Amino acid sequence: MIHLAGPYLLAAALVGLGVFGISVRRNAVLLLVGVELVLSGGLVLLVTTQAAGADRWAAGSVLPLFVITIAAAETVVALAIILTAFRQRSRVDLDEPSGEAP
Amino acid sequence: MTALDTAFAATALVAVAGGLLAVTTRHVVHAALWLVVALLGVAGSLLVLGAELVALVLVLVYVGAVVVLVLFALMLTRAPIGPDLEHAAGPWRTVGAALLGGAVALLLGSVLLPLAGEPVERADVSSTQVAGQLFGTWVWPFELLSLLLLVAVVAALAVSRIPREGRPDPEPVEPAEPAEHEVAP
Repeated sequence: MIHLAGPYLLAAALVGLGVFGISVRRNAVLLLVGVELVLSGGLVLLVTTQAAGADRWAAGSVLPLFVITIAAAETVVALAIILTAFRQRSRVDLDEPSGEAP
Repeated sequence: MTALDTAFAATALVAVAGGLLAVTTRHVVHAALWLVVALLGVAGSLLVLGAELVALVLVLVYVGAVVVLVLFALMLTRAPIGPDLEHAAGPWRTVGAALLGGAVALLLGSVLLPLAGEPVERADVSSTQVAGQLFGTWVWPFELLSLLLLVAVVAALAVSRIPREGRPDPEPVEPAEPAEHEVAP
């Protein structure tokens, strides 16, 4: 027997922490840490639906695998863009005004 | 309070504490390392919830690959060793972000908690069952996923080949230099 309030609270806390991290960080690489936390909150919710009652397609285990893979692809592209931007303007500050690189 | 509840509370505590330190620490490298702690806590929670395959993939892909990638990116963007004072957020920004995160967590919690209800019997889905469904029902999305990974690798390569002037290299005769050489001072 397991009470479902725990997983729900954990998912809410992880998403809240991730949103906090996304909005407070000025380093573009550390923004991704917040994104990972939000995604892991989503993972916990998906797996909780399976623990509450299994469906015949095992979606509660398969969809998290999809989320993890898509998140890995997203991280690769985001880091490539951040590194290219760092080469162009030699800083990764998200508060820097856009426009011509100094 | 059953044994599963207790185990879940312990792993969830690790996950939330790691996540909190990952988003609040001033040391950039520590942020990535605390993310490892948070993700291990999440993987433990998934184990308690009975999804051992997802937990193992989470550890393999997130902790093994994504965090290492983030650490490499931190090194390549010349992250300082000590506290990162250059990117310190102002007090008002911290307060606003805390309000935003707290509001999101409260909203989600207030929507989700009424759904919890009474304790339920944990449904057991074996890895054999998951594998059968993954290569049966979900086989076409799964194949599309490999295409997505290929596109992501090619896109990352194409983006990182943009030279300093902002235009793509007109004569790709020489192999692309490793990124470290171009980033190094």
